[in-house]
Amino acid sequence: MKGAIERVLRPEEIPQACFDLMKAGARLQMAYAWFPAPGQSVEVAYLAATASHEPFLFLRCSLPADSPHLQSLAPQVPLLGWYEREIQELCGVTFDGHPEPRPLVLHEGAHPTMPPLDPRYQPDEMMPFTSGPWDRPPVEGDDVQTLPFGPVRADVLESAQIFFYYIGEAILHCHPRLFFKHRGMEKRFEGTLPSLGVVLAERISGVDSIAHSLAYCQAIEAACACEIPERARYLRTVLAELERLYNHLHYFGHLCHTTTLKVGEAQGKLLAEQSKQINGMLTGSRFLRGILKPGGLRRDLDLSTLPEKLKRLQPEITTYLKSLEETNSHLDRLITTGHLPLQMAYDQGATGPVKRASGIQRDLRCDHPYAAYDRLTMNIPVRTEGDAHARVQIRMEEIHESLSLIARAVKDVPEGPVSSEISNVSGGEGLGWCEGARGSTYYCVHLDNAGRLARVKIKSPSFSNWRVFPLTVHDTNMMDYAINEASFGLTMAGCDR
Amino acid sequence: MPVWTLYGIRRGIATTSWPGKDGPTQPGVLGLPRYHADRCRDNCRGCVDVCLPGALSFESCEAEERLALDYGKCIGCQLCTEACPNDALTKSNDWAFGVRNRDDLIWTEALQSPPAEEVTRKIQKYFGRSLHVRHVDAGSCNGCESELQALNNPYYNLHRLGIFFTPSPRFADLLLVTGPVTYAMQGPLRETYNAMPEPRWVMAMGTCAVSGGASGGGYSCGHGVEEFLPVDIYVPGCPPNPAAMIHALLLLLNRASQHVQGGQVAH
Ligand code: SF4
Ligand code: SF4
Repeated sequence: MKGAIERVLRPEEIPQACFDLMKAGARLQMAYAWFPAPGQSVEVAYLAATASHEPFLFLRCSLPADSPHLQSLAPQVPLLGWYEREIQELCGVTFDGHPEPRPLVLHEGAHPTMPPLDPRYQPDEMMPFTSGPWDRPPVEGDDVQTLPFGPVRADVLESAQIFFYYIGEAILHCHPRLFFKHRGMEKRFEGTLPSLGVVLAERISGVDSIAHSLAYCQAIEAACACEIPERARYLRTVLAELERLYNHLHYFGHLCHTTTLKVGEAQGKLLAEQSKQINGMLTGSRFLRGILKPGGLRRDLDLSTLPEKLKRLQPEITTYLKSLEETNSHLDRLITTGHLPLQMAYDQGATGPVKRASGIQRDLRCDHPYAAYDRLTMNIPVRTEGDAHARVQIRMEEIHESLSLIARAVKDVPEGPVSSEISNVSGGEGLGWCEGARGSTYYCVHLDNAGRLARVKIKSPSFSNWRVFPLTVHDTNMMDYAINEASFGLTMAGCDR
Repeated sequence: MPVWTLYGIRRGIATTSWPGKDGPTQPGVLGLPRYHADRCRDNCRGCVDVCLPGALSFESCEAEERLALDYGKCIGCQLCTEACPNDALTKSNDWAFGVRNRDDLIWTEALQSPPAEEVTRKIQKYFGRSLHVRHVDAGSCNGCESELQALNNPYYNLHRLGIFFTPSPRFADLLLVTGPVTYAMQGPLRETYNAMPEPRWVMAMGTCAVSGGASGGGYSCGHGVEEFLPVDIYVPGCPPNPAAMIHALLLLLNRASQHVQGGQVAH
């Protein structure tokens, strides 16, 4: 795996190796499985981040194809819990001693004829499905009421179901059922040319098109040992920050919607609209699609009017954010809401602004720089309060930082070509990453000998944060639920894939 | 503490007058590619090989191979426009692709006669000028939702056209569906439809909902809404521009005319 230091282990060595890494201060980022030799073996891999500026670690172990087993690490490393369940359902590896052995990605009633990510599973074969009862933990007691909410929710929202157990206003427990939107996107990459895979990556989470396509392109470039031109590095930085900008602005509009600050909602959504229009004029796409490719960019960008447009937007943004921070009725709803303690954020795998609001000052742009981030100094905001207000303040500062980064990148961008040739695609493996608006995004790609994609694993920030979010809902009240959810800034599409 | 009412008044009106006197409101945004059949030569297949969702294909027609284009499958990735050596496919700003008849998204040399208007006349009788919409996300990438949410921002301000999103299917006239329809959303989609009073209409919003798009097929997805419900309006685009969404809603209400016929855009 290019882009990380690799260790090949025997299955029984995995637990100790992971515990040793954690003792040394590393944090596991994800786990996945794939089929290097279909029908013969399945390989499980773990990715860990060590100290800032140190390479990632990639642990891999091979299991026999018939009834592959591994020891579950979820009891000691809770953030691996969802990854193990996903591997179990999509790749057929059993994790012994898993503390939450319920279905996660594939709903009760889905019966694929073999693990769907096995390459022998036909790409166009719809799995049989008979809607089954939802297996959720029993919660009993006098006066406990239940409320299923979703999957079709109010307004224009993504599909997800939240099951509340509550007494009066107080929520005892909330149990989400996600993955209604599981599209099997990782399977869609199978057999595709690396140059076309980027089109899929852009459509994993529509509002994170750059984060996903950038991580994907970087993974392919790592696999093929391709160096991209300097100008492409700067342009990618500009695009990534434009994406953060419109996402964060929309975040404030939506947050004001939940705190019923009507003018604040309108203004936030208007600023997001203006930001999307700037994207459209620069790249032809309001979502910054169709511009990245493995090796660099598909075409050069004319940055001449961008600084001017952003300069006009900047004072409006500043006034808007300052006004929000001075509105007591709005702040009242945020301060102390949805508290996420540092240890929980760390253990359960929180990422992005959510993690930084709980005191973890990590950001891939700084710690493992890509594109042109190592050429530009930047400030990584951090808060320790861990409440909705802290998550909001992190994003406020990030908006200012993004504007400053774009201005400096546009000033420093060198002239020159915007793409390099991609060659040696056959048999390569690569890791790519990106700190998107919602947090860390990783892509692991495996190419076959014909130079086509054999396996693409996507780790999206919303998969991490959706695991964390419900833990902040227990023991809160109904009135705060929507505000708390908005303060996390989650997407369903990225989580469900 | 800021007085938000004053803030709003000071900010002034931000709404576009479109579809009033201005043209489409998105300078620079690329639409679906334009096909110039006369420039396609040698059957080089350059475009077909880069078209991930299979919108482009070669089909035999009177003993010769001919390029076929289905806008209902196109995700506007623009790869074909870059691959074509003869400029037979070019970038364009064509955006208003909402149609009543799925076949109108398939490129044909000769235009058929205009589609019958009777079915759609009826809707005016029922709804006059207002419409209530229930949206269901049946497995989108969230790109289509992001543009649907934009419809209610001050710039597009959908309310001014008498069109509202409603939380309950019981009050809805139109079911607006995004996404290719995943196995897990089939049930909720059907239940929502069944909960709507008659008469009711269905709109497939975005290429995913029209045909599956980039995500259709596979172990978990269908190929669009059509497989499950009768569709009245198809709106390809990945995602469709908010102006295209408004155009399609007005098209349903007979307050706008269809711009695409036989895969060709009226200019
Ligand atoms: S723009 Fe449309 S027709 Fe062209 S390659 Fe992309 S999906 Fe296919
Ligand atoms: S049509 Fe495109 S933007 Fe809309 S949901 Fe599908 S992939 Fe996303």
